[in-house]
Amino acid sequence: MATTIRQVTSEGLWTNNVVFAQMLALCPLLAVTSSATNGLGMGVASTTVMILSALVVSLLRNLIAQDVRIPVFVLLIATIVTLVDMIMNAWLHELYKVLGLFIPLIVTNCAILGRAESFASRHRVGLAMVDGFMMGLGFTLVLVVLGAVREIIGSGRLFTNASLLLGDAFSFMEITLIPEYKGFLIMILPPGGFLALGFLLAGKRMIDRRTSPKPVVRNEEQMIVGATT
Amino acid sequence: MSTETEKPERHNYVSYQTLLLGSMALIASAILAFAHLKTHDEIELRKKEDLLASLSQVIPATHHDNDLTQNTLKIIFPGIDVRKDEILIYQALKAGKVTAVAFEVSDNGYASPIILVMGIDRAGVLLGVRTVSHTETPGLGDAIEIEKSDWITAFEGHSLSNTTEKNWAVKKDGGEFDQFTGATITPRTVVNAVHKGMLFFAENRDQLLVTETSTTTDEANKKLPEKK
Repeated sequence: MATTIRQVTSEGLWTNNVVFAQMLALCPLLAVTSSATNGLGMGVASTTVMILSALVVSLLRNLIAQDVRIPVFVLLIATIVTLVDMIMNAWLHELYKVLGLFIPLIVTNCAILGRAESFASRHRVGLAMVDGFMMGLGFTLVLVVLGAVREIIGSGRLFTNASLLLGDAFSFMEITLIPEYKGFLIMILPPGGFLALGFLLAGKRMIDRRTSPKPVVRNEEQMIVGATT
Repeated sequence: MSTETEKPERHNYVSYQTLLLGSMALIASAILAFAHLKTHDEIELRKKEDLLASLSQVIPATHHDNDLTQNTLKIIFPGIDVRKDEILIYQALKAGKVTAVAFEVSDNGYASPIILVMGIDRAGVLLGVRTVSHTETPGLGDAIEIEKSDWITAFEGHSLSNTTEKNWAVKKDGGEFDQFTGATITPRTVVNAVHKGMLFFAENRDQLLVTETSTTTDEANKKLPEKK
C-alpha cells in the first residue's frame, strides 16, 4: 500500500486524528485547554516536536533493531524535547515565557511515540515529516476547539491573552462574547475538560456516521500503542 | 504497512541491540551536554533580565542609579517565604545610599505557593507588588497578575503607619483590599503575604538599609552578618 501525502493529510486532520480517532495525548489536552490561546500554544509546541521526532526516527529507521525500538524512541523524543526547551529558553526567550510551560508537558504526549512507532519508523523521511506536521496540526485543531468551547462556556470570552502569545497585532482576536457573564467555573476546571471532550467526540462520530455508511476502521497498531503509554 | 525492507539479521543479536542502545544514549548525552554548554550563559542572562524586569516594576527608576541585581544581601528570617528561610534582599542605591529594597515573599494559595516580589522605600512605604508565579485558577484567581488586572497595584502607597493591622485584609474580613468575585482565598493569601513582608521590613529595617554591600559574589555575601 503506497501512502500518499493526500492520505497522510486526511488521516492526520480527521480520520486518524490524534485525539478524535487514536484517543492519545489526552493528558496534555485536558491540562492546558482552559483557554483557546493555551491550546494554540500547546499545539504549536507539540507540532514542532512531532516534526523533529519524525525526522530523526525516520532517518535512523534502518539502524534501529525491532526489539529495542521503544526505548530508543523514548530516548530520542526526550532528547528532542530537552533540546527544544534549552534552545527556546536561550534564544527565543519571549516565546519561551509563553510556551515554556507547555514544553515539559510534551513528554507526557504519547501520540509522539505512537507516530514514531507506527509511521516514522516505517516510511521515508519526507513523508514521515509531513505525517508529523499533519498529526500535529490535527492535534492543534482539537486543542483550539476544545479550548474555545471551555473558554466560551466557562468565562464568556475567547482567545484571552492571544496578544501575549502571538504579539500585539493579534489583540483583535481577544473577544468578550458574553458581557457581564458570571462564569461557569466547572468548564475551566479539569471536569469541564472531560465533559467538553466527550461532547466533541460524540459530535465527530455523528458527522462520520452521516458522511460514510461504513463504520470507522480502527487501526490496531495504534490501539496497542495507546494502551501501553 | 509494507513499505518496509527486511531488517538485517544482525538486528536480532543481543550484542547489536546493546551496542545500539548504549551508543544512542551516549550520543544523546553528548548532544545535550553540548547544547547545555552553548545555552547555559544565555539562559542565565535571560533569567537575570527577567529578574531585573520584575524588580524594576516594584522599584521605580527614579529611586536608583545602580543595577538592581548587583547589590544583594541575605537574611535568615523564617515565615515570610514558605519555600525557604533565607531571604535575598535586592537594594536600590542612589548616590551610594539605599533608597529602597525589594525581596520575594510567598504564601500558600489555593493550589500551591503564590510568589510575589515587593519593593519598599526607606520610610517603609510600599512602592509596588507583583506576582512572580502562581497556579491559581485561570479566569478567577489569576487576576493577581498585572497582565490580567490592575488589582495588585492597590498596594502601592500603603505602609504600616497609614494602614492599621486590621485593615491589612480583604474587605470580606474587615480590611480595605478588594476580593474578586468567586475567589477569596487568592487575594487573602496575597494580602497576608504582603503584610508579613511589611512586618519583616519594619523589624529588620536597620539591617536592610546598610550600604556595605558592593558586589554579589558569594565571598562578599558570606562576610555579611547573617542576622543581628
